[in-house]
Amino acid sequence: MALLSGAKILIESLLKEGVEIIFGYPGGKVIPLYDELYDAPITHVLVRHEQAAAHAADGYSRSTGKVGVCIATSGPGATNLVTGIANAYMDSVPVVAFTGQAPTHLIGTDSFQEIDIRGITLPITKHNYMVTNIKDLARVVKEAFYIARTGRPGPVLIDLPVDVIKTNFDYHYPEKVHLPGYQPTYEGNYMQIKAAAEVINNSFRPVIFAGGGVIISNASDELKTLSKTGKIPVANSLMGLGSFPLTDEYSLGMVGMHGTKYANYAISESDLIIAIGVRFDDRVTGRVDKFASKAKIIHIDIDPAEINKNIKVDIPIVGDAKTILNKLIPLIKTVERTEWLETIKEWKRDYPLSYEHRNSNIKPQYIIEKLNEVLSENSIVVTDVGQHQMWAAQYLKFLKPRSFISSGGLGTMGFGLPASIGAQFGNPDRPVICISGDGGFQMNLQELATISNNNLPIKMIIFNNSTLGMVRQWQELFFNERYSHTLIKNPDFIKIAEAYGIKALKVTDKNDVDKAIKEALNYNGPMLLDFVIPQDENVFPMVPEGASLEEMLDYRKVLKETEI
Amino acid sequence: MMKHILSVTVSNQPAVLARISGLFSRRNFNILSLNVGETEKPEFSRMTIVVEGDDHTLEQVKKQLYKLIDVIKVTELNQANMVERDMALIKVNCNKNMRTQLIQVVNVFRGKIVDLSPETVTVEVTGDESKINALIELLKDFGIKEVVRTGIVALDRELPSTTKVKN
Ligand SMILES: Cc1ncc(C[n+]2csc(CCOP(=O)(O)OP(=O)(O)O)c2C)c(N)n1
Repeated sequence: MALLSGAKILIESLLKEGVEIIFGYPGGKVIPLYDELYDAPITHVLVRHEQAAAHAADGYSRSTGKVGVCIATSGPGATNLVTGIANAYMDSVPVVAFTGQAPTHLIGTDSFQEIDIRGITLPITKHNYMVTNIKDLARVVKEAFYIARTGRPGPVLIDLPVDVIKTNFDYHYPEKVHLPGYQPTYEGNYMQIKAAAEVINNSFRPVIFAGGGVIISNASDELKTLSKTGKIPVANSLMGLGSFPLTDEYSLGMVGMHGTKYANYAISESDLIIAIGVRFDDRVTGRVDKFASKAKIIHIDIDPAEINKNIKVDIPIVGDAKTILNKLIPLIKTVERTEWLETIKEWKRDYPLSYEHRNSNIKPQYIIEKLNEVLSENSIVVTDVGQHQMWAAQYLKFLKPRSFISSGGLGTMGFGLPASIGAQFGNPDRPVICISGDGGFQMNLQELATISNNNLPIKMIIFNNSTLGMVRQWQELFFNERYSHTLIKNPDFIKIAEAYGIKALKVTDKNDVDKAIKEALNYNGPMLLDFVIPQDENVFPMVPEGASLEEMLDYRKVLKETEI
Repeated sequence: MMKHILSVTVSNQPAVLARISGLFSRRNFNILSLNVGETEKPEFSRMTIVVEGDDHTLEQVKKQLYKLIDVIKVTELNQANMVERDMALIKVNCNKNMRTQLIQVVNVFRGKIVDLSPETVTVEVTGDESKINALIELLKDFGIKEVVRTGIVALDRELPSTTKVKN
């Protein structure tokens, strides 16, 4: 009988799960675990703030499809993970988080750095555990990874009282999980699939609305086949970007608050929405009762609770997107939808995404266009949250599944930089570009140390408008230009980068954008580009909160007269 | 708004009650009563949860409950085809002179006197919710000092399928 310490059992269990990398930060209650990590065949990346450990595990997972793992100590370490866990939860990302905990005999006594992290994370994890008995440890790890990656993925937290990881026990990794209350549906009801095919074949103005579920399920080839076979245009949610080639003639780009006009018009005029792996977030639907009001709705999703949650669905199909599409596609007839496709072509021609140059100012959209010229589908673009995120979502052209990493559901400023660390570790040979605002970049700026220490060749691009741009935009449009606490004075980002030993370049003239981007991409190491952009540039089109998708504001209408 | 009675079988895991009650508050579902106890199998508990809401809310409540890993089964009980019990202990102001009168009322409801003091009587009554409400209403004339209720516990009735009571 091999007696191993709890910490050792944990490492062995992680190896069984195929874990190659952990993002973490040590502390008193996890020292026994860190002692085992010292010579374990698993890479541990030391971040500089636990929030970054969770976001890095998240970015690693989104970009690779594997489960991301992070560790924090008890108390403040654990609470620092919370935003990152919530972020993974909102976007259905499989992350397993380990937290240290006070010894079992002190739990409940407010002992030093004791916090009820299981209680705190109840509503933001798919499931969570506190292991109070060493005999449960291996089983719990097995279950946690299983729960995190199956069904609708999500984060799972395991809280580890320090005495438990110090106790010796007979290590035995279970072969199977036994979870009578957890049986995700994958197959999809065939009657429903047939009913859906029938409705699709008889529709005149169908639109596929593809979300993050398509990417999670690796169903992007099937999505293409469905679109091509049925001659059906495809719109994406933010989370779905990358699931369908944006350069394809059938692509409508993104739907919703900052979606393209043609996507929003197509949804509004459609007679059939085929929604796949989406959850009809309010940022997508606008005013719910006006969303796709002329359309029947087919909703394919693995989570039964998403069906009829926000939008009344006509044909629900619960199951895995890939499995269901593979059953659906053979039933789809090729229908000539000349009129509908023609209408869409006209919308695309008449209402393209557009912006105007003003002297030698660098327009943010222009930076993305220039990026398009040098990025390939091999690149991974990670964004932070705000205007720059929306410009990236609107203008980026070459995205593959798992190559556009962005915080959707939680909209977490500070996500970008640490998530790009995870993405780069998961994809050492691919270029990783991190686009941030000047506000969000400062929310996890300490991670420059992690990037620098590991010489990660991440290209960091700051859209520096000296404002919390997205909020400023709302204040301009809806709050009488009262810029309450949104105009910010920034540090010298170049000096900051240099202090961390990172090469950096400030760019203020439009004519230098191209050169700077090329220089960064050709540079073999991390590099920061600080692009100074106009403060008053807004993201358009825009559906004001609570309005219907057809009621889009257009930049032409809101341009001030002096500027025309 | 409609009242629905759910019978929920859960794994006896730590924090399962917090998971369920947390879910209701987070999703803005309204619980009227919640009752939990052991079942025939030690690894499971059964909760009887009375919720208020329209059909859409109820559908969400059931689906969200099912998403919890520790929830094994959720059944909505058909109110025309279930056995439902609520129990109350009611402490009433009652001196010696009033006792006979009180006992008469309690007897009509098949209640029991479970405690006596010179100034009070404690009554136990079991039945469906409306019966208990009715008794409480009548006892108000005496002056109620304290009431505690279990909330509804309920189970499906076993009937041969042919004679099943319709909705
Ligand atoms: C942690 C966090 N705090 C606040 C917000 C609200 N918020 C959304 S966008 C935004 C402005 C972001 O500014 P910046 O990072 O400079 O990006 P920009 O919009 O200018 O591109 C703010 C404050 C948020 N999403 N996340």
